[in-house]
Amino acid sequence: MAQPDERTNYLNWSHTVKSWLLTTDHKRIAILYMVSITVMFALGGLAAAVIRMALVVPQDTLIRHETYNKMFSMHGVIMVFLFLVPSIPAVLGNFLLPLMVGARDLAFPRLNLLSWYLYIIGGLCVVGAMLAGGVDTGWTFYTPYSSIYSNSHVTLTIVGVFIAGFSSIATGINFIVTTHKMRAPGLTWFRLPLFVWSLYATSIIFVLGTPVVAITLALVVAERVVHLGVFDPALGGDPILFQHLFWFYSHPAVYIMVLPSMGVVSELVPCFSRKRAFGYPFIAFSSLAIAVLGFLVWGHHMFVSGQAVWTGMVFSFLSFLIAVPSAIKVFNWTATMYKGRIWFTAPMLYALGFIGLFTVGGLTGLFLAALTVDVHVHDTYFVIAHFHYIMVGGAIMGYMGGIHFWWPKMTGRLYPEGWAKLAAGITFIGFNLTFFPQFLLGLQGMPRRYHWYPPEWQSLNVLSSAGASILAVGYAIPLTYLIWSLWYGAKAGKNPWGAVGLEWTTTSPPPTHNFPRTPVVTWEAYDYRDEEPPTEEEREPVSVPAGGER
Amino acid sequence: MPRIPLLPPQASNFAQSFDELFYVLLLLSVFFAGLVFSLILFFALRYRRGSRYNRRMGHRGQLALEITWSVIPLVIGLTIFFYAARPYAMLYGNAPSDAMEVFVIGKQWMWHFQHPDGVRENNELHLPAGKAVKLTLISQDVIHSFYVPAFRVHRDVVPGRFTTVWFVPRIPGQYHLLCSQYCGTEHSRMTGTVTVMEPAAYQTWLASGGQREQVTRRSMVQAGEALFDRFACVSCHGFAPARAPSLVDLYGRAEMLESGRTVLADHDYVRTSILEPDKQVVKGYQPIMPSFKGQFTEEEVLELIAFIKSLHTGDGVAGPPTGATMPSVPASEAPRPTRTGTRP
Ligand code: HEM
Ligand SMILES: [Cu+2]
Repeated sequence: MAQPDERTNYLNWSHTVKSWLLTTDHKRIAILYMVSITVMFALGGLAAAVIRMALVVPQDTLIRHETYNKMFSMHGVIMVFLFLVPSIPAVLGNFLLPLMVGARDLAFPRLNLLSWYLYIIGGLCVVGAMLAGGVDTGWTFYTPYSSIYSNSHVTLTIVGVFIAGFSSIATGINFIVTTHKMRAPGLTWFRLPLFVWSLYATSIIFVLGTPVVAITLALVVAERVVHLGVFDPALGGDPILFQHLFWFYSHPAVYIMVLPSMGVVSELVPCFSRKRAFGYPFIAFSSLAIAVLGFLVWGHHMFVSGQAVWTGMVFSFLSFLIAVPSAIKVFNWTATMYKGRIWFTAPMLYALGFIGLFTVGGLTGLFLAALTVDVHVHDTYFVIAHFHYIMVGGAIMGYMGGIHFWWPKMTGRLYPEGWAKLAAGITFIGFNLTFFPQFLLGLQGMPRRYHWYPPEWQSLNVLSSAGASILAVGYAIPLTYLIWSLWYGAKAGKNPWGAVGLEWTTTSPPPTHNFPRTPVVTWEAYDYRDEEPPTEEEREPVSVPAGGER
Repeated sequence: MPRIPLLPPQASNFAQSFDELFYVLLLLSVFFAGLVFSLILFFALRYRRGSRYNRRMGHRGQLALEITWSVIPLVIGLTIFFYAARPYAMLYGNAPSDAMEVFVIGKQWMWHFQHPDGVRENNELHLPAGKAVKLTLISQDVIHSFYVPAFRVHRDVVPGRFTTVWFVPRIPGQYHLLCSQYCGTEHSRMTGTVTVMEPAAYQTWLASGGQREQVTRRSMVQAGEALFDRFACVSCHGFAPARAPSLVDLYGRAEMLESGRTVLADHDYVRTSILEPDKQVVKGYQPIMPSFKGQFTEEEVLELIAFIKSLHTGDGVAGPPTGATMPSVPASEAPRPTRTGTRP
């Protein structure tokens, strides 16, 4: 089966453990990240399963309050800091950015390896804190609860998040420098794939935002350990100050989680519509606009905190502004499909699922930005549903779509398309069943982080838990067949989708140095011609379609 | 507007304006989501691969279109912003002057209420229908959040500073009272009931002392005065005004500080002056007042504030307050209020 001209590639040039753990190849580091992030996702998912199980009954029959609080904290900390934030940038970004700009590697390959080690050390601290007994502050670490009152392993958890933060900063610096300095000849800014634009915007947030949260969390530790009075009024501090500092990072951070996904969708929709991206510059600049505006809206997490009415109004106003670039993207993706040749592959199904869920999540963001409505649903399940539509619906749909799209490039293998479509469908249905009832719960007034709840909310909770088990199946199926495909999947050619973009011009999997010669770019981004996508036979390497050689 | 069971009953004056905005947003969202979804579905089916439809390729974007679909969401968004800001400003703004004031203290993990005339309750709040209520809230430990879904009222309860919110309960009945800011182990148990009663029933309830054990015979002002005596505050704030400023007519006045700043003497100012006197030294005085931090619970601070607030020149209190010039219950005889907090 092996291709006659197959040379060594980044996967098979050496098989020693050392060659993996000391690699500076961005592709291998991406794989290291992919494996570790998948483990984290499984851990966070496990905690979610426990939470949803406990909520099937309104009383605390299954687990105790302490356990419940530790479960939702573990779920939040792991999912946010160790899964969502690094997921697409560290896995797909690491793998693809140099390939997409026609470079041999990232600008600082050793810094890149360091960032993975920082991630692992941070992850070990967090998991260690969980094993030592857990943390019960939630991922938001609100003071003075976290700084003085909590008796759980707050310090170790924060140390973990702090260290993982440096991994984000390293990745951000690497991406920014690579995008500026290492583009192939002819690859102007406006010929860059939109995924690169979104990574660039994300990196800005990494570099500017992460230090703020790192310092804030360090102050929490200082208050716990040496009783520095910054946040606890009993020590002369201000508890609201923490929220300002925390959300100054963490609101932009929610865009870290979704911008890269938007970038992935901006690749998938043109490819599977066989059409140029409609409004390319608008999609590109809306990424930057979201990154910049994202820094100005943090106060909308504090509408009921006691901040001045005028402050609330300013933040509400700015929050409405940020809805515009998000809307621009949705409209442009839709318009890209107009008069295309739409090919329903699994990645395309994920992309369409993303648009659907992101639209619902974004529109419900308007409810939260509208001051009076937020007063009612603040800190309720409505908020939980909103950000799960964005972050789980949005970010993970994009991640899954991207993994499927570039899987043949990363591994050289095709996955079973039928199973993949089935999984995409199950995920979509399970997702809506899980989270839509939570909007209703929030409107009824069920606060978040509640273990015990009044019995009249039980039926919606049961529905949500049932949906969660379907969702779990939707995530388990891809895990199974993707691993299966590593051994048994059909070999993929250079370009099974007939896609354009530099990454499709090199072999699958790519050689260690990505390209035999530095490519020269003479075409515009998304230069799809009006042609049918490759047929089933053409996707396998026997006859690479001519279109793919562009 | 007819009640749609999506939301709890509209049991306060604010509920309706909140709900109207909610339904407007819901309609808008359904419209936009419907538009996007049907377009995607339509394109996906009509232009699917292999369908024999003649595609004219080429356009990459149209400026006019981009501007249109940027400006429309912007205009709609800003309209909603203005529409949403007014009730918000009202809710957290000044309460009507005849509002009845209830003090709320959040602590791990219960709600404590103090009615001005001395009735105290835990995890239950009784209110008369149709009368404006102003809540002044403070936490004794971590951040909590006071939430009554049926009132659409939500306010964080922060340690170290007072927050306020006001509303008019409208429909008699019992409503969930919840804590919505995560506050530790028993967060989800920090719940209670708000009982809204017909005014007459409320009066009967009040007169019967609320049928609660926590009821004391003393109003908050009296309790505050007892504390004032017991801690001998009068030794400085009494007959020798040179040592410390007089507290008569203090509440609500603009106070000039040593730092040159002027502050309004409100709840927060008085509380800080008691617990951290060095922070705000009044112009012309020495920072000699000791800190009473750790000596008073938040309830007692509120009682002291109520007492200080009651000191008006016009009220027949001629000079500075002393135990001698004002009717008072000797502290030793008065029943102590039930405490849940600890004190040294
Ligand atoms: C673009 C992707 C978005 C992401 C990833 C996102 C994520 C989140 C997250 C994680 C929270 C909850 C934080 C917490 O309390 O723990 C949140 C809350 C909020 N979001 Fe978004 N959001 C997005 C879009 C929007 C948009 C477009 C708006 C406004 C138009 C918006 C408005 C809000 C508001 C006002 C809150 C605070 C609500 C509250 O705490 O009551 N969001 N969002
Ligand atoms: Cu609480």
